[in-house]
Amino acid sequence: MKAAVIVFPGSNCDRDMAVALRAAGADVEMVWHKDAGLPRGIDLVAVPGGFSFGDYLRCGAIAAQSPVCRAVIDHVHKGGYALGVCNGFQVLTETGLLPGALMRNAGIRFVCKTVPLEVATTESDFTRSYAKGASLQIPVAHHDGNYFVDQPTLERLRVEDRIAFTYGDNPNGSTGDIAGVLSENRRVLGMMPHPERAVDAGHGGTDGRGLFDGLVGALVSA
Amino acid sequence: MKARVQVMLKTGVLDPQGEAIRHALGALGFDGVEGVRQGKVIELDLAETDAASAEAQVTEMCEKLLANTVIESYKIDLS
Repeated sequence: MKAAVIVFPGSNCDRDMAVALRAAGADVEMVWHKDAGLPRGIDLVAVPGGFSFGDYLRCGAIAAQSPVCRAVIDHVHKGGYALGVCNGFQVLTETGLLPGALMRNAGIRFVCKTVPLEVATTESDFTRSYAKGASLQIPVAHHDGNYFVDQPTLERLRVEDRIAFTYGDNPNGSTGDIAGVLSENRRVLGMMPHPERAVDAGHGGTDGRGLFDGLVGALVSA
Repeated sequence: MKARVQVMLKTGVLDPQGEAIRHALGALGFDGVEGVRQGKVIELDLAETDAASAEAQVTEMCEKLLANTVIESYKIDLS
């Protein structure tokens, strides 16, 4: 399985993402934001966390207009996989590849802690290796993680089983306790918590491994 | 021409920063502030001299970048 990790000025979880993907068996290439295209044969594009372009204008808004994001949109439109974590989730909503928007946390403060996450659906290659309803311990670290969707969209996400993860104890005011959401074709996942920070027991937990193992396993056999 | 774009969170979208400002005003003794909404103002210097054309261009800028219309509304003033 070949993965590309996009690097923007201000990305700071790009190397963690590469380490997590490599540990699961993926070949990983780092791709700079000014690159107009993705390397050949990429199965998965990972958009990492951080503060791309200093969060200017809105989190993810400038990154979403970068040349490489046009290539990411094409990749997804052709049926490719994409994973956006934290700032990467914000970027994917700004591109329109995922519904909704990430707003300032309801409690105003930056939240940095490990939180319980519930696996809301196993019907995706990102979540297939977990048990439905399983509780995971995954770190969050964000100021703008308050996921907003309007009521009709929330209803649609529920009916289409596109909510991937929910918070056990909502840390940011997200609509419907949503921590991660899938695209219509279930090949794009955006989530605020950081699974790539939970793949090594020495760093406090390994509950994030299942996401990378499941994904790499699915794409290797595909 | 100059364009002044005002971007605000849509009515009905909770504005946590506005609420924090409201609380801070209350703590300073400013009573009777029943609501605060915070937004942003973006000023553009345009080469365009035709108002209708400028308005069309800035509207496109708002839709594509300056506002996130999932949560924000915008207002354009030209001068």
